Amino acid sequence: MGEAPVTRAPQVKTTELAAETPAIVEITDLSLFYGATKALKNISVTISEKIVTAFIGPSGCGKSTLLRCLNRMNDLIDNVRIEGKCHIAGQDIYGHDIDTIELRKRVGMVFQRSNPFPKSIHENIAYALRLHGTNSKSEMDEIVERSLRQAALWDEVKDRLHTSGLGLSGGQQQRLCIARAIAIQPEILLMDEPASALDPIATAKIEELILELKKDYTIVIVTHNMQQAARVSDYTAFFYMGQLVEFDRTLKIFTNPSQRQTEDYVTGRFG
Amino acid sequence: MSKVNKPFNSKSVDRWSVFFTGLSGACTYLIIAILFLIVGNIVWNGAPHFSLRFLTTGVDAGMFNVSQSGVFPMVVGTAARVFLMTIFVIPVGVITALYMTEYSKRNSVIIRLIRGAVNNLAGVPSIVFGLFGLGFFINFLGQNMDALMNPASAQAVWGKPSLLWASMTLAVMTLPVVIVATEESLKSIPPGLREASLALGATKLQTVVKIVLPQALPGILTGAILAISRAAGEVAPILFTGAAFSVQGLATGLTDQFMDLAYHVFILSTQSPNIEQTRPLLYATVMALLLLTFVVNIAAVIVRSRIRRRMRSFR
Repeated sequence: MGEAPVTRAPQVKTTELAAETPAIVEITDLSLFYGATKALKNISVTISEKIVTAFIGPSGCGKSTLLRCLNRMNDLIDNVRIEGKCHIAGQDIYGHDIDTIELRKRVGMVFQRSNPFPKSIHENIAYALRLHGTNSKSEMDEIVERSLRQAALWDEVKDRLHTSGLGLSGGQQQRLCIARAIAIQPEILLMDEPASALDPIATAKIEELILELKKDYTIVIVTHNMQQAARVSDYTAFFYMGQLVEFDRTLKIFTNPSQRQTEDYVTGRFG
Repeated sequence: MSKVNKPFNSKSVDRWSVFFTGLSGACTYLIIAILFLIVGNIVWNGAPHFSLRFLTTGVDAGMFNVSQSGVFPMVVGTAARVFLMTIFVIPVGVITALYMTEYSKRNSVIIRLIRGAVNNLAGVPSIVFGLFGLGFFINFLGQNMDALMNPASAQAVWGKPSLLWASMTLAVMTLPVVIVATEESLKSIPPGLREASLALGATKLQTVVKIVLPQALPGILTGAILAISRAAGEVAPILFTGAAFSVQGLATGLTDQFMDLAYHVFILSTQSPNIEQTRPLLYATVMALLLLTFVVNIAAVIVRSRIRRRMRSFR
């Protein structure tokens, strides 16, 4: 926890290993419309299990929108229309018989702005558990502790579990949100710029946590911060103006991209 | 542009500023003065006659008997109609506001229509509500209920003025206040909280009940306070729908007519055989009405601040 992960470079070893994990998310020719505006243009991308995939690109390129397609959070916005297919674990999540409740239980999400409930730390996690039928107190306490440990927050909050989650610092709040998301053991964890509102030390902790969580979860992270993508991800997708420009191993995207646009972006020539 | 700087010590008095400061201050003090004048007048003239006996006796000794009549049945009647109104108006108002902010499409045609209706409802004079209550609740609902439930009897049970219909008429009148207050507090809840709940696999209903509503509670109570304050002193809506000049005993059932403080003020000031002589009675009754409204308000404000404090400890 004390080390500075700023120096962490993308690890070639994990990247190679990643190629061997099976696909879990398969997006095929997916387009999304806000009214008449086509915000995502015919995107096809396959995300593998138990690795970290980063979505990068300039503001408004559609990376967050695509992320929110994966747990159907876009359903909440009026006038959104989606074409194409998105399969998760073999099921078309936009099929007519899909239960979004079950989907969101299996595809968790952490938001850009930490959003703990105005309840106690314990209750923040217990809320998620109760939604899915955990009622026994001992089981609840056990899962709360395990989730907080996994989110590297336990040691900091174990003595004040029954105080408000909003009394925590920004970084701690975000880790509480991560703990809450992983408490119900999703298969996939979506992270929408999880560290963009945090200071460098809190950011480093979140990044460290992502590398730790990768062992158990498939992580898709949207980030503005290219160094962050390089540090934490195995695969990187670069989006521009609603299109997927390039998708490859992170190392390749940052050292030897195939597309000129990607190279311009990662070297800081635009965006 | 060249600019000549004046020395700092060249301060001059801006007369318009001074004038406006004075004017705005005077207006503010005027409001306070008017309030003190009204309340002071009532307390000054009402207090000598205001006593425990006055509050706890009825009108058995004659309504205009200055030394022996009291306002107990009126206090009970007013408290009962305000209480019942609150029970009717809060659920309907809150659920309407929930529909408008949580369920419907934002700014759809239907929502703009509802919002327009709510605003218009707020602008309807209270006597019109009274007539509406008479026409709809008593003559239509009540009489049909009588015809359905008790066709043989000529005796009206529901189809006559009563505590129930008066409270419902007041509830219709105060609906806009509750809707607007609840809607405002729902709008101020960060959308992130709803997203967080839904992203955890909560249903819309779970999100609304467990996350949204608890946050909106102080706002809902504000709506209740405003509704109670407005309704407690109203006479027009209950004139045809439940308030009686005089009834024996207390109103105990929903279908009973009742005596009412605000209506009693009207009676004392217009029907008294000797206005000068019964004036102390009138003042004391007005004081009782003010006090009742005040007590209910204070109670609601205390409850709200308790809830706020509890929420703040979780903030």
